[in-house]
Amino acid sequence: MAQPLVKKDDDRDDEAEYSPFLGIEKGAVLQEARVFNDPQLDARRCSQVITKLLYLLNQGETFTKVEATEVFFAVTKLFQSRDIGLRRMVYLMIKELSPSADEVIIVTSSLMKDMNSKTDMYRANAIRVLCRITDGTLLTQIERYLKQAIVDKNPVVASAALVSGIHLLQTNPEIVKRWSNEVQEAVQSRAALVQFHALGLLHQIRQNDRLAVSKLVTSLTRGTVRSPLAQCLLIRYTTQVIRESGINTQTGDRPFYDFLESCLRHKAEMVIFEAARAITELNGVTSRELTPAITVLQLFLSSSKPVLRFAAVRTLNKVAMTHPMAVTNCNIDMESLISDQNRSIATLAITTLLKTGNESSVDRLMKQITNFMSDIADEFKIVVVEAIRSLCLKFPLKYRSLMNFLSNILREEGGFEYKKAIVDSIVILIRDIPDAKESGLLHLCEFIEDCEFTYLSTQILHFLGIEGPKTADPSKYIRYIYNRVHLENATVRAAAVSTLAKFGAMVDSLKPRIFVLLRRCVYDSDDEVRDRATLYLNTLGGDGAVVETDKDVKEFLFGSLDIPLGNLETSLKHYEPSEERFDINSVPKEVKSQPLAEKKASGKKPSGLGAPPSGPVSTVDAYEKLLSSISEFSDFGKLFKSSAPVELTEAETEYAVNAVKHIFDRHVVFQYNCTNTIPEQLLENVTVIVDASEAEEFSEALTKPLRSLPYDSPGQTFVAFEKPDGVPAVGKFSNMLRFIVKEVDTSTGEAEDDGVEDEYQLEDLDVVAADYMMKVGVSNFRNAWESIGEDFERVDEYGLGPRESLTEAVSAVISLLGMQPCEGTEVVPNNSRSHTCLLSGLFIGNVKVLVRLQFGIDGPKEVAMKLIVRSEDESVSDMIHEIVASG
Amino acid sequence: MGGTFSKLFSGMIWGKKDIRILILGLDNAGKTTLLYRLKIGEVVTTIPTIGFNVESVKYGNLNFDVWDLGGQTSIRPYWRSYFANTAAVIFVIDSTDIERLEIAADELKSMLNEDELKDAALLVFANKQDQPGAQGAGEISEALGLGELRDRNWTIVACSVIDGKGITEGMDWLS
Repeated sequence: MAQPLVKKDDDRDDEAEYSPFLGIEKGAVLQEARVFNDPQLDARRCSQVITKLLYLLNQGETFTKVEATEVFFAVTKLFQSRDIGLRRMVYLMIKELSPSADEVIIVTSSLMKDMNSKTDMYRANAIRVLCRITDGTLLTQIERYLKQAIVDKNPVVASAALVSGIHLLQTNPEIVKRWSNEVQEAVQSRAALVQFHALGLLHQIRQNDRLAVSKLVTSLTRGTVRSPLAQCLLIRYTTQVIRESGINTQTGDRPFYDFLESCLRHKAEMVIFEAARAITELNGVTSRELTPAITVLQLFLSSSKPVLRFAAVRTLNKVAMTHPMAVTNCNIDMESLISDQNRSIATLAITTLLKTGNESSVDRLMKQITNFMSDIADEFKIVVVEAIRSLCLKFPLKYRSLMNFLSNILREEGGFEYKKAIVDSIVILIRDIPDAKESGLLHLCEFIEDCEFTYLSTQILHFLGIEGPKTADPSKYIRYIYNRVHLENATVRAAAVSTLAKFGAMVDSLKPRIFVLLRRCVYDSDDEVRDRATLYLNTLGGDGAVVETDKDVKEFLFGSLDIPLGNLETSLKHYEPSEERFDINSVPKEVKSQPLAEKKASGKKPSGLGAPPSGPVSTVDAYEKLLSSISEFSDFGKLFKSSAPVELTEAETEYAVNAVKHIFDRHVVFQYNCTNTIPEQLLENVTVIVDASEAEEFSEALTKPLRSLPYDSPGQTFVAFEKPDGVPAVGKFSNMLRFIVKEVDTSTGEAEDDGVEDEYQLEDLDVVAADYMMKVGVSNFRNAWESIGEDFERVDEYGLGPRESLTEAVSAVISLLGMQPCEGTEVVPNNSRSHTCLLSGLFIGNVKVLVRLQFGIDGPKEVAMKLIVRSEDESVSDMIHEIVASG
Repeated sequence: MGGTFSKLFSGMIWGKKDIRILILGLDNAGKTTLLYRLKIGEVVTTIPTIGFNVESVKYGNLNFDVWDLGGQTSIRPYWRSYFANTAAVIFVIDSTDIERLEIAADELKSMLNEDELKDAALLVFANKQDQPGAQGAGEISEALGLGELRDRNWTIVACSVIDGKGITEGMDWLS
C-alpha cells in the first residue's frame, strides 16, 4: 500500500522542481512586460508574461505605484489584440492590479464595449471587471446592462452578473436591491451555477428581513431547486430559519425537518452530506431525528472518495461529543478507517472511536493507535492524547494500558504543546485514579530526567512535591528531584528545592537526609535557589533534630495563596516601607467581579456642577475606607463583604437611589446612594425610613442622614442594623426616602429658606444568603476539594423545572449562591446535555465553602441538579442547601 | 497640397507592418465618430469615451492600429501612456468651438514636446465644417500655431466626419 503513495509524492516533487515560475524575479518579469508595447503583438508571449505577473502577485509580491501604473497601461494596450485567450488574461490582470480609481477609468470604455460584445466570454469577464472597478455613478450608467446580463441566455454571463451583484451589495446595496425581479427569475434558471449564484444573491438581498428569508425558504423547499450547489445553500438557509423559529410546541415537530430528511435521499452526495450535517447540528436534536442522518454518514464512511470519508468522519466526530450512543453503530466502519491513507481521516476516526468505544475495545484500539502515532503531526497527536485522557477517565480499569501508552509517547520526539498535553493527561489520571499514581509518578520522574521544557519540569516538580510524599515509598523520588539541582537551570533548581522541602515536611524519616541535600543547595549560584533553601531549612527546623513538623509549616508549604494575585499586587504597591510590617491579611480577598454593573451604577450621573464626586465607589477597599471614616461604624469590626449596588428606583425618575449592602459580623449597613435630578430643588436632611417588619432578626441600630443633597451631586445616607453574631440572617426591607425639599432659583442658584417635608417611595431591598458569601476563587479546585475533606459533605438533588437552556440554569444557581465559579466551569459548551460547575466561596465567619453542581437537562428542557457541598462547618453546608431549596 | 506631401513621404514609407495611429483632441471633437467612419465607413452614434477605443483599420493596402483616446480633462493626463511607437497623430479640432481653441492649442503643444512623439507625423482635422460658424483650416492653423512647428511633418485638412468631406484627403496624406 505504501509504495504507490510514496511514488506519487515523488512525482509531485519533480513537477514542482520544473515549475516554470519557480524563482522568477519581479524585475525581470517587468522587463519582459515591455512586449505589451510592441506594435506587433505576440498573443502567446503576452499571455505567458501576464501569467508570470499574476503568479508574482499571488505569491505576495507587491508592485510599487510606479510599477503598477506602468504595467497597467501596458496591459491596456493589449485591447488591440483580438485573441480571446489573451483578452481573458487582460481582464484578470486588470482585476488583480486594481489600480487607483482615477487611472482605471481608462479601460471603462473598452469594458463597456466588451460588455455588449457578441462573444459570451467577453461579456461575462467584462462585467466582472467592470463591477470590480466601478463606482456608484458609473454603476447607474451600466445598471441596465447588468440587469439584462442577469437573465442572459448564457449561464456564464448570468453568473458573472450575479456574482458581481453579490460584491456590489457591500458597496451599493440600494442599487443591487433594485434587481430583485431579475434575480428571482435567475433562481428559476436551468443552469446549475446560475441558480446557485442567484439564490446566494437573493438571500443576501433579503438577509436582514427574517420574514422574507423564511418566505424564500418556504417557497423553494417545495422543490424548484435543481442545482445541487443551490440545494446545499438552501439547506443552510433552512437551518437558519429553523434556528430562529424554534420547535413547534404543540406537535413537538421541527419545521422543515421533513425537508432536511428528504434531502438525505437526494442524488447528489454533497446535498446528502449537507443535509446530514445540518441535522446533526440542530439545536437539541433528538436521537429519532439523528438516526437517518447517521445512517447516510455511515455509508459515506466506506466511500471510495477520500473527501466523503473525511466529511463523514468529521461530522460523526462532532456528534460523538454530544451523542456518543448514536455513533456506536458506525464503530466497525470507523475502525477500518484507522488505516486510511489520509492521516486526517485516520485521526478523526481514532478520536471518534475513543469517544464511543466500550471497555472491551480499548486494548485493541490502543494497539492500532501505537502504530499510527509515529506518522501524524503534533496537533493530531494532541487530539489523540486528549481523547485517550477522557477515555481513561471513563474506564479507570484500563488505566494500565493507557498510562503505558502515554509514557511511551512521552519519550518520543515532540513539541511543547504536545508534551504538555501528555503531562497534563498523566497528572489528571494520577489524581483521578489512585491505582495509577505510583506508575504515573515514575513516568513523570523519568521524563524530567531529560526534559527540555522548563515550564513542564517545574510543573512536574510541584506536583511531585504534593503527591510524592503520600506514596508508599517516597524515598525513591528523591534521586530524581535532587538530580535537578545539579543539572538544570535556576528556575527548575528552585522548584526542586521547594519539592525537597515538601518531602522533608511530610516524611519525618526522610528529614535528616533532606536537610543534608538542602544544606548543599545553600551554596547555589542563584539567589532564589539559595533563599529558598535557607528559608526551608529554617522553617523545617534544620538544626538536625528529628521533630514532628509543625502544622503551620505544612500549611505554609502546601497551602495555596488564598488571595487573588491582582489584589496582592495592588496592596504591595500601596505599601510604604515603614516600621509597620506588611500584613498579608490586610489584602482583600474578594475577587473583583461585575465591573460592568458597577461601572454602570457609578457612571450613570456624572457630577456636572463641580461638586466633589462622592458617588458610589467601585472597589472593596474604597468601601472600607468610606465606612471606616464614619465614626458610628468604627466599632463594627472588619467589613466582610459589600454587595454590588442595587437600584431602588426606575431609570429617569426625580430621585435616583441605589443601595449597597455592607455585611459585618454583627451588623448590616445599608448605604443609599442618592442623586437629585431636579435642578429646581435642594433636598436637606435626607434619610431613608426602613421598615424591617419582614426581617425579624434585624433591629435598627442607627441612621446617618445626609445633610444636604443639591442637584446632580450624589450623596449617601446610611442605615445600620444589628443582627445575631455570625448568623446569616435574611429578610426583606421596605424603604421610604424622607427629606425636606427647598425650591431653588436656577438663575441665581439660591435656595429658599423654608422647605417642605416630603417622602418618596423606594423599592424593597432584600438581604439574602448570598450576601454572606464572598466570592473567593481557588487556584486548584480538586486540591481544595480533597483537602477540605468530606466530613461536612452534604449531597442532595433538586429539580429546577423547565429552563431555557443549561446555561441559564447554571447562571441562575451561581447568582443565587453568590459564589465564585472556578476553572471556567460557569461556561456551558453549546449543545451539551449535562454540565458540572465548580464554585468556591468564603461564608461569613470565614468558613471556606466548595460546591460541585451537576446539571442535566432532558428533552422538554427539564433541568435537574445534584448539589454537593463541602465546607469547614456542618451548619454552613446545610445552609447552602437551604439557600438552594428556598431559592 | 496633399499631392506634394505624399510624394515627399513615399521615401520613408513605414514598411509593411501595422502602423500605430493616435486620434487625439478635446472632448466632443468627433474622434470616436472619425474612428468608426474609418473602420466601417458609417456614422455611428457615440457616447463620451471614458478611456479609449482601439480598432485596426485597413486603408488602401496599409493596416492601421487606430487608438481613439477620450478627450475629457480627466483622461488627457493618460494620453502620454500611449505615445510610444506611434507613427502619426491625428488631432481633431471642433472648428465651431472657438472658445476652447486655445486649450486645444496648449494640449497639442505639450503633446508635441514629448520625446516619444518627436518622429510622429501630425495630421490636424478641422472638423465639423458642415456646421454653421465653423472656422476654416487657415484660421485654425493660425490659432494652433502650426506655422511655428519645426522638424515636423504636418498638415491640416478641413473636413466633416458627418458627410465625409476631407477625410480621404487627410488619410491619403498619411499613407
